[in-house]
Order: sequence, then structure tokens, then C-alpha cells
Amino acid sequence: MTIPRAPGERALDLGARSGILAAPVTAKPTGNGLTLAGVRKRFGETTVLKGIDLRAEPGELVVLVGPSGCGKSTLLRCLAGLETPDEGGIHIGDRDVTRLPPKERDIAMVFQSYALYPHLTVRHNLSFGLELRKAPADLIRQRVDEVAGMLGLEKLLDRYPRELSGGQRQRVAMGRAIARRPTLFLFDEPLSNLDAALRTEVRVEIKRLHHQLGTTMVYVTHDQEEAMTLADRLVILNGGLVEQQGPAIDVYREPATRFVGAFLGSPAMSFLPAEATETGLVVGDATLESPTHHRGPCTLGMRTHDVVVDAEGPLELEVRVVETLGHATHAHGLVEGQPFVARLQGHERPAPGDRIRLRPVYMHLFDAESGARIVR
Amino acid sequence: MKRLAAIGVHAAILLAVAFALYPVLWVVSLALSPHESPGAIPWPTEPSLDAMREVVLRTDDEGRYLFLMQTGASLLVAFSTALVAILIATPAAYALSRFRFVGKDASQQALLATQMFPGVAAAIPLYLILDALGLIDHLGGLTLVYATTAVPFAIFQLKGAFDTIPRDLEEAAMVDGATPFEAFRKVVLPAARPALAVTALFAFMTAWNEFILAATFLSREEIFTLPVVLQRYVGEHRAQWGHFAAGAIVVSVPVMALFYWLQRHLVGGLTAGGVKG
Ligand SMILES: Nc1ncnc2c1ncn2[C@@H]1O[C@H](COP(=O)(O)OP(=O)(O)OP(=O)(O)O)[C@@H](O)[C@H]1O
Ligand SMILES: [Mg+2]
Repeated sequence: MTIPRAPGERALDLGARSGILAAPVTAKPTGNGLTLAGVRKRFGETTVLKGIDLRAEPGELVVLVGPSGCGKSTLLRCLAGLETPDEGGIHIGDRDVTRLPPKERDIAMVFQSYALYPHLTVRHNLSFGLELRKAPADLIRQRVDEVAGMLGLEKLLDRYPRELSGGQRQRVAMGRAIARRPTLFLFDEPLSNLDAALRTEVRVEIKRLHHQLGTTMVYVTHDQEEAMTLADRLVILNGGLVEQQGPAIDVYREPATRFVGAFLGSPAMSFLPAEATETGLVVGDATLESPTHHRGPCTLGMRTHDVVVDAEGPLELEVRVVETLGHATHAHGLVEGQPFVARLQGHERPAPGDRIRLRPVYMHLFDAESGARIVR
Repeated sequence: MKRLAAIGVHAAILLAVAFALYPVLWVVSLALSPHESPGAIPWPTEPSLDAMREVVLRTDDEGRYLFLMQTGASLLVAFSTALVAILIATPAAYALSRFRFVGKDASQQALLATQMFPGVAAAIPLYLILDALGLIDHLGGLTLVYATTAVPFAIFQLKGAFDTIPRDLEEAAMVDGATPFEAFRKVVLPAARPALAVTALFAFMTAWNEFILAATFLSREEIFTLPVVLQRYVGEHRAQWGHFAAGAIVVSVPVMALFYWLQRHLVGGLTAGGVKG
């Protein structure tokens, strides 16, 4: 059977559910890019978005990450048309959608709560959007079967949402978004109601879907691991402002601010007050080789893997708590009186009270006052 | 030991059921034995359907079947009341549940105030108003009177129901391509179906059972509602308990039927599973 397709539309691969490795070669990017310029949003007295500038290339998976209450959902709702910005503009492709109602934006959204229609079967949840758009019946059936195949929902099509497990509901919510073939996908913490194992699995699935569909996606999470693993472009939000955006690995390795450094990586980056001098970087009683020409007080940031155990090392960690992960050991304690976490080899098992000497292999320096990264 | 406990529980339940059913059985027994007064055991010694037949097939001077006309009148009033209540209360409750508008709090309090007075308290003003409208002794007038209490009550019921339906559902529908009205009609209304059914049933039953206002505003026998008809059997002159009981049974049948029919709408938790939960 042939299905009518819009020009340029691709067939979805039905056989790809066997895993990400079996997924077809990355699809050509479809859909549209996204531009936000100076988007501001107030609720009464509180300004939630304080001027957001953001770009996504067509086909990019953009992850918005930030602490609770920083405005991620609000930003996503502005993109969806569920909120209207007070200032600024939103373009999808070259269309100005700032004031368009949701139905005219050609987007799909996966809600944190899934928001499945309780009175409709899975089949009708999937087809709801197409039915609203008066798509022909055979196209609807085709799409539903296609999406059900992609997400493994074939056996659940006649069930009601209340008869599904959390993971299944989550799949239906994604299927409902995919069935419409929108030009932009929005995800608001779609995994936060799943248990840890399922979360990893669905995360891989989303990545695969993105490869397969090639559609632009904006994905909100407050889980930094999810953010790192999924993002083509990572956007760190804090207090209604973009702290940093760029390729995930760049943001991780060169955090623009102390906040970003602290936010990415788990356990979090440790910070030591330091003074950059002619002789080197002075941290308490220790003096490190200075990576910078900057002079004056600053904050030294190091992630758990930025130090190695070295009997000659300049820093001393006074171990308080030891966490055994198997492949690694996290030693929590104090360096120069400041809380510090170091990652050791799995076989290294210090006891609380031990003193370990550490040598830095990578250092992040931040301005002591502003928290901005000090470059060279 | 376990078995003994089970027997005990069942005995207790049977006793409770007997306690609850005794008056009902008594009425049934009365209805079936029109020629004797019932004893302590509600069981007719000479069961007969005479009373039932006389009540149902009663004719007036012109040979019209009075009881059937009265049943029709009762059904008409009760259905209309339920319909009016649902039609007016649904959009009102939705607005109160979802939107902010000028006078929202005031209107909500005013609605609440109407619930604090018994309907009879307004009998005289209502009488004057109906008189001015020429609706005394008119089923439309009675429906209007019932609606004055049914509508505010239904608004509260439905607002509560809409409040429990997550906004995410409407927003999902709108992102899926629905207008706000489509989201309401295709998502919110179906999700609120159990509440709508209960509310309609409640309005129906209230109107179906109401006596005082019906007795006040109706005087033509052929449009009496059934509670008024029943009351006439135990009126001033003589008490026809058998006929009264027979009528009472006939009157409860539609309500039971309605309950039965609505049961499938009453399965709770229709919204369960829509959002995480
Ligand atoms: N409709 C609203 N009215 C008033 N304040 C709101 C409204 N929506 C959001 N806010 C406020 O805006 C701020 C940002 O909310 P938002 O939901 O965007 O945060 P978030 O980053 O998604 O947080 P989380 O990770 O907890 O989901 C919060 O302080 C919240 O209280
Ligand atoms: Mg949120």
C-alpha cells in the first residue's frame, strides 16, 4: 500500500526497534531551525524569563537544563504557544510564531505528566491530532501502525491509559507526538516519572528516534546526565537567563561560569578558594603550577576526575566518606579545609581518616567575585 | 476458626440488609395486600395486584388514564430539570474552574448563598414571579423553579469535577491541533462524563421526588407530579395505604432504572492513568 506523503517526507523505518545499533544511518535533518530573541516572561511580580536568546539548527537536539524553578517549562510553554512572551520573538524556521496559537505552530509536545487522554484508547490517543486535522482514515491507520511499530505499542493499541504501566504511558505520549510528524518536538522532563533503569533505556530510545526522524527537538530536563548524553546543543538556564550554550562536550569541558561547572558532573565539581600569584596558584598551604596569567583571588574548580593519586602531589585529601562504585571509588573529604571529592580507581579503597596526596590534571579557574571563567 | 469468623460476618451483613430492607418490604407487602392491614411480618397472606392495577389504570371523568398522564408530567419535569441544569451548569462550571474573570469570586459566593436556603423559603416570591409570567399551573414553570436550585448545585458539582481534570490534558489537545473549544468538547467533557452523569441523575431525582413546591404551583390534576399524586391517596378523607404503597413502588421504578442505566458512567477514576498518577 502506498501512503500519500508530503513532498520531502521520508518513510519511517519500521524494523528499527531492535536497538540503536540497528537504527538506520542518521536521517537528513528535517523540520525547521528555531530562533528565540530576547524572550521575556513575567507572572505578576516575578520575571521568570529575563531575556532568552537561543538558536537551534534544523535537526538539532537542544537540551535545556537548569535547576528547579529556573524557567525551563515556561520557556518550553512559550515555544508551544501555551504562554505568550511579554517581550521578544520566537521564529520556527522563518515563521514568526510569537503570537500564534498552539494549533498553528506544527509542533508536538511530550508532557512530564504524559497527559494522555483518559477516555481514549491508545490507538485514539495516537490518532487524535491527525483526526483533528481531518487526515484521511487510511493515512491515520498507516501512521498509527507505523508509530506503534517504532515504539513497540502494537499489543497495547486497544487499551486505555489507566491500563498501562508508567513506561508504556511514556511511550504512548511519545508516539502521540511522533504520529503527527511535526516540524518541532518539545519534551518537558519526559523521563522524570520513570525508574532509573527504564530512564536509561528510554533515553537511548529518544536518541534513536531523533536519529531516525531527524526532526528538531527541544528537550527539558534537570538531570545533567540526561542532558549531557542527549544534547547536540546544551543550553544551561539559571534564574531565567542562559548561562551558557554550545555543544555538550564544550560546555562540560569549558564551563563559562562557576554555576555551570557546579551543575554539570556528578558528584559535583569541588571548589577551592585560590590566589593567582607570580609563583603559582596558592591554595591554602599548597602552591600549584598556575595555568593562567591572571593575578589575584579566584576560585579553583576541579571535578572528581580532574585529580589523580600521586604520592608527590601538592594537595592533600583528608578522607571522610568513601563510596565504592565498583569501577571507581569516590573519596569525599577535605582539601585545605574545603569539601572535596576525588575519583580513585576501583581497587583503591582508602579508609575514613586516611590522608591521600593528589595531583591536579585539569583546572577550572573562575573569577572569585563574578564566577566567570578565567581564560588563560 | 476462619470459617466461624466468615459466618459471623455474613450473619452481621444479613442482619444489616434485613434492617435496611424491612420498610421496603413492608411497602411491597402493603401494595400486594390491599384488603388487609399488614402485620409485623411483611408478607401478604392473599397477594393481589388489585391496588397496583387501580392506581396505574385510574381514569378521570372523561376516561383518560390519569396516572399515565401524571407519570408523563413527572418525567417531563424531571428530565427538563436535569437537562437545563446540565446545559447551564457545564459552561458555567468550566469557566469558574479554568478562567479568571471580573466578578468570579462574587458570582461564586452568590451561588453558594443560594444553596443555604431551603427551596420552600422562596415559595412566595417564586409564586409571584410565576404568576407574572403566567406560568402557574404549568410544567414549564415548575421546571424553572426546580432549575433555580438544580443549576447552582450542578455548578458546584461540576466545578469540583473540572478542577480534578488536569490542565495538561487541554494543553496537550491544543498542541495536538485543537481550538480551546475543541479541547473542551473532545477532552474535558468526555473525561468529566461520570460527574456529568451523577449531576444529571441528582437533578433528575430531586425534581422527581419534590413535593412541596409541586403541590404549591400545580392545581390541575392531570399535570400533578407523582409525589403529589401519592400524597392524595393518604389525604384528608381516608388513607388508602395499599394504593399509596402501590404508587410508591411505581414511582421508584424509573429512578432505579436510571441508576442501573447510569452505572456504566459511574465507574470512578475515568481520568486515572491520563497523567502520571
Ligand atoms: N502560571 C504561573 N503563574 C505564576 N508563576 C509561575 C507560573 N508558571 C511558573 N511560574 C513560576 O515561574 C518559575 C519558573 O517555573 P518553571 O515551571 O518554568 O520552572 P522549571 O525550570 O520548569 O522548574 P522544574 O524543574 O521544577 O520543572 C517558578 O518560580 C514558578 O513558580
Ligand atoms: Mg518544569
